Amino acid sequence: MSKYIPGQPLTAVVERIEIQKLRQGDNLILGFSIGGGIDQDPGQNPFTNDKTDKGIYVTRISENGPADVAGLREGDKIMQVNGWDMTMVTHDKARKTLTKKNQDVVRLLVTRRSLEEAVKQSMGKKQ
Amino acid sequence: MDTESTYSGYSYYSGRSRGSHRHGERSRDRHKSRGKDSRSEKSVTITAPPAEPLLADPAVRGEQVQDDNWGETTTAVTGTSEHSLSQEDVVRITKDLEESVGLDCRRYLGLALAVVLGLLVFLTPLAFLALPHLLWPEKLQSCGTACEGLFISVAFKLLILLLAVWALFFRPPRAGLPRVFVFRALLAVLVLLFVASYWLFYGVRILDSQDENYQGIVQYAVSLVDALLFIHYLAIVLLELRQLQPCFSVCVARSTDGEARHYNLGQLSIQRAALAILERYYCDFPVHNPALLSASKSRAAKHLAGLKVYNVDDAFRSKLKAYLFDSPGNNAAAAAGMVQSQSRAMIAATARRRDTSHNELYYEEAEHERRVRKRKSRLVVAVEEAFTHIKRMQEEEQKKAPGDVMDPREAAQAIFPSMARALQKYLRTTKQQHCHSMESIQQHLAFCITNNMTPKAFLECYLTPGPTLQYGRDHWLARKWTLISEASVTSGLKDGSTFALRCLDFGLVVTTKRIPYIQMSEEYIDPKSHKFVLRLQSETSV
Repeated sequence: MSKYIPGQPLTAVVERIEIQKLRQGDNLILGFSIGGGIDQDPGQNPFTNDKTDKGIYVTRISENGPADVAGLREGDKIMQVNGWDMTMVTHDKARKTLTKKNQDVVRLLVTRRSLEEAVKQSMGKKQ
Repeated sequence: MDTESTYSGYSYYSGRSRGSHRHGERSRDRHKSRGKDSRSEKSVTITAPPAEPLLADPAVRGEQVQDDNWGETTTAVTGTSEHSLSQEDVVRITKDLEESVGLDCRRYLGLALAVVLGLLVFLTPLAFLALPHLLWPEKLQSCGTACEGLFISVAFKLLILLLAVWALFFRPPRAGLPRVFVFRALLAVLVLLFVASYWLFYGVRILDSQDENYQGIVQYAVSLVDALLFIHYLAIVLLELRQLQPCFSVCVARSTDGEARHYNLGQLSIQRAALAILERYYCDFPVHNPALLSASKSRAAKHLAGLKVYNVDDAFRSKLKAYLFDSPGNNAAAAAGMVQSQSRAMIAATARRRDTSHNELYYEEAEHERRVRKRKSRLVVAVEEAFTHIKRMQEEEQKKAPGDVMDPREAAQAIFPSMARALQKYLRTTKQQHCHSMESIQQHLAFCITNNMTPKAFLECYLTPGPTLQYGRDHWLARKWTLISEASVTSGLKDGSTFALRCLDFGLVVTTKRIPYIQMSEEYIDPKSHKFVLRLQSETSV
C-alpha cells in the first residue's frame, strides 16, 4: 500500500470482493469488523507499517461468515464500497455505507500487502 | 519470702570461684526451694553476673547449657556465657591498668597547654593597654573620648570572645583519640604565632620607643581582639561547620553477626569518623549477644570434623589423583586439595555421605521459632494478668484506706513473682538472660507502673534487643576500641577507604563510598504547553 500524498492520485493493487449479506433476525450482517477512519488514531493500527494511514481496515472476521466465505481477510484495507470511496471517510460514514438496509450485496475493493508483492513478483518474472 | 532467697543468691556470688562449689550449692538450693514451694508460689531469683572476673573453666559453661531445670528448682541462677570470656576480662583489666597512666598524662598535657594559651590570649590585650600606664605614665597622652570609646569596644569584644571560646572549646572531652587532632593543633599554632608577632611588634615599636600616642596603642589592642575573633570564626568553620555537609556514605558492619548500618558523614579525618561511628554504634546497634553465635560455631565445628587429613607419600598420592579425578563431583575438592601442601591429601569423607546439615538447620530453626513464640505468648498472658492486680489509687481513696498502700517499688515486688518464671523462661529461650538482672527487671517494672504503662510497653524492652546504651555498662562488652587502618588515621576519608574498629570480643568493619557529584540541568516548561487531544480507536462490527 503506497503512502498517500495529498493532492496526488493514489494507486493500489486491489481485489474485488462481493459479499452477500446474511439475514439474522432483524439485521443484515456481513461478518467482519472495521477499524480506522479519518477521525480515529492511526497510530494504533496493527495492520500497516504506515502509521499515518487513516483508511478503513478489516480488524476481525467471524468464522464462516459471509465475509470469510467471500474471501475477505483480516488486515485488508477497504478502498471502495459499492463505488463509494473509503480512503478518506470517518469511521461512522464507513459503517453506514456498509450497513445500508436496502442493499443485499456489497462489492468491495480491498487491498493488502500480499497483492502488491504478488504483482511485483510476477512482473519481475516477466522481466 | 522472696527477699530471703534473693539475699542468699547474691551472697553466693560475691567473689567465690566456680567449679566444684556449684554442685553443692545447687543441691542445697534445690532442697530449700522444695521446702518453700510446698507452702507458697514458686519464686525464682535472677542475679546479676558479678563485676570482677572469675576464672571459669570450660566445663562449667558446658554444664550450664545442658541443664534446663534450674528455673524451677533453684533459687539462684548463674549468669551464663559472659564467664566464658573471663580470660579476656583478665587481659582487659591488665591492659587498662597499663595504658590509663599514659592516656591521662596526654590528656592533662593537652589541657594544660590549652589553659596556658587561653590565658595568654586573654591577658595580652589587657597587658597592651595597661603596660604604658605602668611603665611611662608621665609621657603618656591623656585618653580622649574616642579612645575611651575604644575601651568599651575592647571590653565587649573580649567578653564575646570569652563566651565564644567557652562555647566552642570548654566542653567535656568526648573521647581520647589515638593521634592529635590536627585542626586544633594547627589553630593553636596559628594563635600562638599571631600573638607572638603582635607581642614582637609591641615590644619593638612601642615598649622600646615608649610611644606617647595612647590612642594608637588602644587601637592596636582593638585590632588584636578583632583578629582573635576572626581566628575564632576560622576555628568554628574548621572544627564544626566543615564536616556537617554529608559527603560520604559509610557502611558499618559488625563482624560477629553481620548487623550493619549506613551513615552519612562529612569530610572528616579517619579518627574523627571512627569516633562519630562509635557514638552512633552505641545508639543504634542492638547489643552484641555472644550467646547467639554458639549455633553457627557448632555447625562450623561439625563441618571440619567431617574431613580427614592423611600424610601420604608420592606413590599413594599419584594413585589418589587418578582416583579423585576419575570420580565425578570430586573435582573441586581435588583441585583445592592439590593446591595445598605437598605432603598431605585431604580426603573428603562428606563427599560420599549425603550432607544433611542444611536440613538440620532448617528444622532446628523452625523448632526454635515455635518455642520462642510459645514462650512469648505465655509471657504476655502472665504479664497481663500480673498487671491487673495493680490499680492506681485515687486521691480520695488514699485518705480513706492508708493501710495497704504501696509505693511503686513495693508494688513491683508484689506482682513480680507471678510473671518471673515466664519471663525467665522467655529470656532463656532467646538467650538474653545475662542482659537483664532481677534488680533491673524490678526497677523497670516499678518504672512502668509509675508511668501507667501497659503490659505490652513493659515487655517491649525484653522482646527486642535494644541498642547497646540501654543496657548496663557491664553488658556492653566493648569499652576500649582500637582503630585499625592502613591509611594514617589523621588523613581524611576517601572514596573506598576502609578501616576497622576492634574491641576485645568483636569488630566493626567500615567501608566508605563517596556521594556522587551531581550535574543538574534545567528545563523550562511553559504552562501553556500542556495541551491534550482525544484519540479514539473504535472497532465496529458490520
